[in-house]
Amino acid sequence: MLPTLSHEEILRYSRHLLIPEVGLEGQRKLKAASILVIGTGGLGSPVSLYLAAAGVGHIGLVDYDVVDESNLQRQVIHGTAAIGELKVESARRRMLDLNPGIEVEVYNEPFTSQNAMRIAADYDVIIDGTDNFPTRYLSNDVCVLLGKPNVYGSIFRFEGQASVFDARRGPCYRCLFPEPPPPGMVPSCAEGGVLGVLPGTIGTIQATEALKLILGIGESLIGRLLLYNALDMTFDFVNLKKNPKCKICSAEPEITELIDYEAFCGVPGHDHDEGSAGKEWDITASELAERLKNGIPLRLIDVREPHELEISRIPGAQLIPLGQLAGRLSELDSAEDIVLFCKAGTRSARALEVLLSAGFRKVKNLKGGINAWAREVDPSLPIY
Amino acid sequence: MATIRIPTPLRPYINGQSDLDIAGETVGQVLENLVHQYPALRTHIFNDNGELRPFVNLFLGEDNINDLQGISTPLREGDRILLIPSIAGG
Repeated sequence: MLPTLSHEEILRYSRHLLIPEVGLEGQRKLKAASILVIGTGGLGSPVSLYLAAAGVGHIGLVDYDVVDESNLQRQVIHGTAAIGELKVESARRRMLDLNPGIEVEVYNEPFTSQNAMRIAADYDVIIDGTDNFPTRYLSNDVCVLLGKPNVYGSIFRFEGQASVFDARRGPCYRCLFPEPPPPGMVPSCAEGGVLGVLPGTIGTIQATEALKLILGIGESLIGRLLLYNALDMTFDFVNLKKNPKCKICSAEPEITELIDYEAFCGVPGHDHDEGSAGKEWDITASELAERLKNGIPLRLIDVREPHELEISRIPGAQLIPLGQLAGRLSELDSAEDIVLFCKAGTRSARALEVLLSAGFRKVKNLKGGINAWAREVDPSLPIY
Repeated sequence: MATIRIPTPLRPYINGQSDLDIAGETVGQVLENLVHQYPALRTHIFNDNGELRPFVNLFLGEDNINDLQGISTPLREGDRILLIPSIAGG
């Protein structure tokens, strides 16, 4: 039995009620529906705003992060006044301001193998708006095991992907991507950046697909992958088929319960750019400043991209972008003390591995990167 | 000859281009010619044993080459290959 709509709700949703494909019954379906949004960041912002505005009766939000100034270029559900506040609380406030007639349940915790089944169990549709590989595989597996649709969206720089993975009716995420890329091979948005409006495009597509699933109308993205490139302004579609050898959604699955996704992907289940190469190989900004002050000779190598020098630089550093390092080892001397740095320490930790595997030993990673240097040593530099 | 579309994360390895016209009568030949012309791409497409990396998906037109004849899939003049990477940003 679908819930009824009050006069206020009929007025609020009148533009929906005018569409024959939605109508009064469709709007009542939306009111009865429950959708879980994993991640309240770039994708989760437009998804949550539009689902709330559309009158989805019960929306769950999972995120454990707080709003940071660097989020606001794209995470439009949060405002400047919310900096430092829990993302789920900031988002809930905005959603209830937009539509006080809905319920917003917040889960201020990381989405993990321990809580994922419990959290997702009560929802009709799951929306994957996470920012890392472990949580993407987790969201997929939860949806396959619980028999729920997983509305997928993913972004990087100018490029976006979207699909609906529903293993009961089509392929799952693992059918397309059986294994994650090796750690470090695919940069994250915190490392590589993202055009702020891109998650708006992909997130609204995810919200559209979720609403269509609830309403039972149109052609969904099940069995299709949308590829959007904002730079080229192209939309491509490709066909996805169920992989008969899929480890979780095939007839004889290898995976029958949730696994350790951080171990599976070899990376942490978040996209915080705070790189460390491990205690043995790290040097702090203060330690580096002390060494330079004392005139201890060392070679300072900046592994960022050339355009990042316009933001901040450490005097005396030589630029060798990470992607070029393996081909430019002849410029370095393994007898010298070398300190590698990048924005926040992730790329330089990878650069350190490149040097270690080439036989270098007198090499250190600037923990926290040039941002830590700006915080601890040279406050005249901006943090980005 | 086919046109292969390279996704944003791999464009730094091909001097920032997006689409490349590469000679070859099969998907595998096009890939070989591609990484020959742009050696920095090799490790992103093939593993150490020379096999396609499992997170790299290649589509000929709208179809995954795994649903066709894999890297042996024959090409016609003007075919378009899409290289689809795993991306995780959100």
